[in-house]
Parts: sequence; structure tokens; C-alpha cells
Amino acid sequence: MNLLQVQGLTARYGDFQALYGVDLHLDAGEAIAIIGANGAGKTTLMRSISGVLRNAPEMITLDGAPMGAARADEMLMQGVAMVPEGRKLFPSLSVEENLLIGAHARKAAGYWTLRKVYDLFPILHEKRRQPATSLSGGQQQMVAIGRALMSNPRVLLCDEISLGLAPVVIRDIYAALPQIRDSGAAVIVVEQDIGQALKVADRVYCMMEGRVTLSGLPSELSREAIHDAYFGVSA
Amino acid sequence: MIWVDTIVQGILLGGLYALFAAGLSLVFGIMRLVNLAHGDLIVMAAYVILVVVSFLGINPFLAAAIAMPLMFGFGWLLQRIVLNRVLGEDILPPLLVTFGLSIVLQNALLEGFTADSQRIGAGALETASFAVGPVTLGVMPVLTFLSAIAVIVGLNQLFYRTALGRAFRATSDDPVTASLMGIKPASVFATATGIAMIVVTIAALYLGMRANFDPTIGPARLIYAFEAVIIGGLGSLWGTLAGGIIIGVAQTVGAAINPEWQILAGHVAFLVVLLIKPRGLFPRAYD
Ligand SMILES: Nc1ncnc2c1ncn2[C@@H]1O[C@H](COP(=O)(O)OP(=O)(O)O)[C@@H](O)[C@H]1O
Ligand SMILES: [Mg+2]
Repeated sequence: MNLLQVQGLTARYGDFQALYGVDLHLDAGEAIAIIGANGAGKTTLMRSISGVLRNAPEMITLDGAPMGAARADEMLMQGVAMVPEGRKLFPSLSVEENLLIGAHARKAAGYWTLRKVYDLFPILHEKRRQPATSLSGGQQQMVAIGRALMSNPRVLLCDEISLGLAPVVIRDIYAALPQIRDSGAAVIVVEQDIGQALKVADRVYCMMEGRVTLSGLPSELSREAIHDAYFGVSA
Repeated sequence: MIWVDTIVQGILLGGLYALFAAGLSLVFGIMRLVNLAHGDLIVMAAYVILVVVSFLGINPFLAAAIAMPLMFGFGWLLQRIVLNRVLGEDILPPLLVTFGLSIVLQNALLEGFTADSQRIGAGALETASFAVGPVTLGVMPVLTFLSAIAVIVGLNQLFYRTALGRAFRATSDDPVTASLMGIKPASVFATATGIAMIVVTIAALYLGMRANFDPTIGPARLIYAFEAVIIGGLGSLWGTLAGGIIIGVAQTVGAAINPEWQILAGHVAFLVVLLIKPRGLFPRAYD
């Protein structure tokens, strides 16, 4: 059985429909990438899975249990953690407090502890007493990832973790991914950088205008097919 | 040295105002909610203490300890059932609802306890005093002031040294992201209001032991509390104490010059501080 299954997911903001029947699945231990242009609906999909946006129960199942209507705090308790778009660190909290709050509610035994997060991103240990928002963009992204790991998630959702960062910084952040996968978390990364996505993911989904337009193994997807799925065939 | 005495009495009085204000400051700091019923909640707590004192015949401090969990529960339910529903981008609904609550509480207290003034008897404590150099200090004002310090130290410890305090600050920053941490903003807010009601009970204890009270005096306490919070800077508890002291000192100094100026002098001090520092003395770095 799939760890996470999304079936016929729709989402709307008022009158505007942002998702039109999205299907995807994620197996335990897998890493998948979701690519698509700005406005394709990637963040809406992440917000739906994480429970920030709520849907019909059967649209999202976790280990077969219908969870589409669950709230964000309930999804977290079930082991679905999110690194939100724009990082969303808590400005009133220090770096260390931002990490600790990741384990505030879900205290699951597992690989990740404060020490393990500091081993993964040593710079955070050095800056642990600083306000989180005083760090550089890349370091803030490390805090956001560490914060999500502190709950020892089964599913880690990463929304545009490379956005706005310099290439060397992106490399450092993606270098953490193998260790995250080894810890047992299945991962969904949302990326606009197609090359990065193809490099790290076992499977790739491409979205456009609220629909999945292409999915498959990175090795199977041709440049042209991705181009069409990303920008639309007529483009 | 009449002035030293006047100023010391003013500082001690500031402790009472800080107690009135601390719960308001706490709730505002966490959920940006201005509770217009805060003064009436203090009066309500004073009646709860009074009832416990007269039914069980116990000392007011013990009675307050019994009233605290009751008031916590009341605050928790109030937030859960009523106030959480009106929190949001628009600040008008919470103002209207808490204004309505203020009227409801006043009328309920009038129904239940009549308009007669009441007092929580504290026996010999009411008049006990001791001399420090040229100044004579009342035991009750000193206790009030020390309680205010204890409340503020306690709340700051809670805020900055505990996991619950961390959750308070995170939820205050960003409730949606806090929910991604497994935090339930609705219950965090309910807990915060519950804790504010414990502080309200402490304020009520001193309010009721130091002077007469009746169901209508809540709004005036709200104004002192409000001024103390604004003078201090929204969200800063030590600032709230400073605000209370400024109002207290202004009142005693005003009264020393002319007894009719007591209340006015407090309000004038408030306006002067606002003119000089519109965001208060210790504003938060961001809002
Ligand atoms: N809060 C919102 N209110 C209204 N429309 C929104 C909101 N958030 C996103 N949208 C719209 O939904 C669509 C999908 O947005 P989003 O999921 O953020 O896309 P992506 O993450 O792929 O860039 C866009 O057209 C966007 O304008
Ligand atoms: Mg997005």
C-alpha cells in the first residue's frame, strides 16, 4: 500500500479553482519531485496534503486512512511535516527555539534530535542563540528543514527550498537530502529548477494550471515532454 | 520629605495598576485581542473570592487560590467558545463582542449581588504598616507591589523559559505555521486567556481587599490597565509595570498638589508619554 495517496484532489480559493483532480502517490522511503511554473498549484497541493487547506476525507489517504479533512496539527501528529514556501520561521524565537518547536507536539522517537540536526547543519549550532530571522537565507532554510525534521516525520514536504538561494547554498542544502532519506522519511520536493528535481527524485510529477500534466521516472522523461508539460503544448 | 513619601506611595500604587494590566497585556501580546471586558472580569473575580470567603469562612488569600482554577476554567471556555470565533484580520468584531461581554457581566453581577459596595475583609492586614527611614509603608500596598513583580517575573519565565511559552510566542507570530508544528492555536489561545484569568484573580484579590467595589467599577479599572499597557509598549510586561508606576506616581503627586487632581494627573501622564513616545516606552521590535 502507498504511504501517501492523493486522489482526485481539488482545491479552491473562493471562486477560483486552483486544483482540478490531482492524483499522486508516495511510497515509504521514496523521494518524488513536483515541478511546474509559478502558479501551477504546487504550493496549493502542499498546503492540502499538510492540512492547512482541508478537503474531502478520501482525497488524501495516509497508510490507507482517509485524512483529507484533517487539520494541519493532526497531519503533523500523523507524521506529515512541511517545510513551507518562504520558510516561515518564527521571528520571536531563536534558532534553537525554532528547532525545538518542531518537536513541540509530536515527540516521536526516531533518528532526528537537536544534536542530529546540528550535525547535519553545524552552522546552526554556532548561531543557535540568534533570532532565526537574523540568519542568511540559506541558513534560514536549514532552520526550516531542521524544524520539520525534529518531529521525525514519515513524510517530509519541501516547498521550493532552493528559491532565491545562490547555487552553492542550494548544493549545501540538497546535500542533506540523502541523510534525510536514510532516516526513513519519504520526501516530496517542490522545485522550479527542473535539473535539480530530476537529479534528486525517484519519480517526477509535472503540474500546470492545477493539473498533473506528466509523471514518470526521471530517466524516462524527455526534455521535450517536460517542456510541453511545464509550459503547455502550444507554447 | 513629603515628596519621597508621595513618590514611594505612587510606585506602590503602580503595582496595583500593573496587576490590573498584566492579564490584558498577556492576552494582547499573544493574540492581538483587546479585551474590553477585562475590568469587569477583575470585578467578577473579586466577587468569586468574596463568595468563597463568606461560604468557607477562610482567609482571602486561600480563597483566591480556590478562585484561580475556577477563573482559569472560565477564561478557557470564554476563549474557546466565544472569543476564538471573532479573532481574525478585522479587529472590530472582538471589540464589539468584549464590549458586549462587559455589559453582560456588569448586569449579571448587579442581578446576583446588587449595587451595594462590598469589600474582601483582610483583618489586621488592612491597616498594618511599617517604617522605612522617613517613609511609612502599608503592608497591603507593599504586598500588592511584590505580587505584581512576582506575576511579571512568573509570566516572563513562562514566556521565555518553557515549552508552553515557546508555543505562545510561535502562535503569536504565525498561527498557521504554528499549526504545522502540531500546535492547536485555538487551545493555545484558550490556555493564554485562562492564565490571564489567574492574573486577573490576583488583581481582584488586592482590588477587593484595598477598597470597596461594586459591579460598575470594571470599566474604570480597564482604563488604568489600558493606559499602563500602552505606556509600557504593547506586549512588554516589564513595560506594563513601568506604565503602572508612571500612572501611580502621577496620581499621588497630583493628589499631593491638589486632591482633586489625582485621577486627572494619571490620564495626563498617559497623554504626555504618548506624545513623546507614541509606541510606548518599550515597544516590541516588530509587530
Ligand atoms: N490565498 C490565495 N487566494 C487566492 N488565490 C490563490 C491563493 N494562493 C494561491 N492562489 C492562486 O492559486 C494558483 C496556484 O497557486 P500556488 O499553489 O501558489 O502555485 P505554485 O506554488 O505552483 O506557484 C495561482 O493562480 C495563485 O494565484
Ligand atoms: Mg509555490
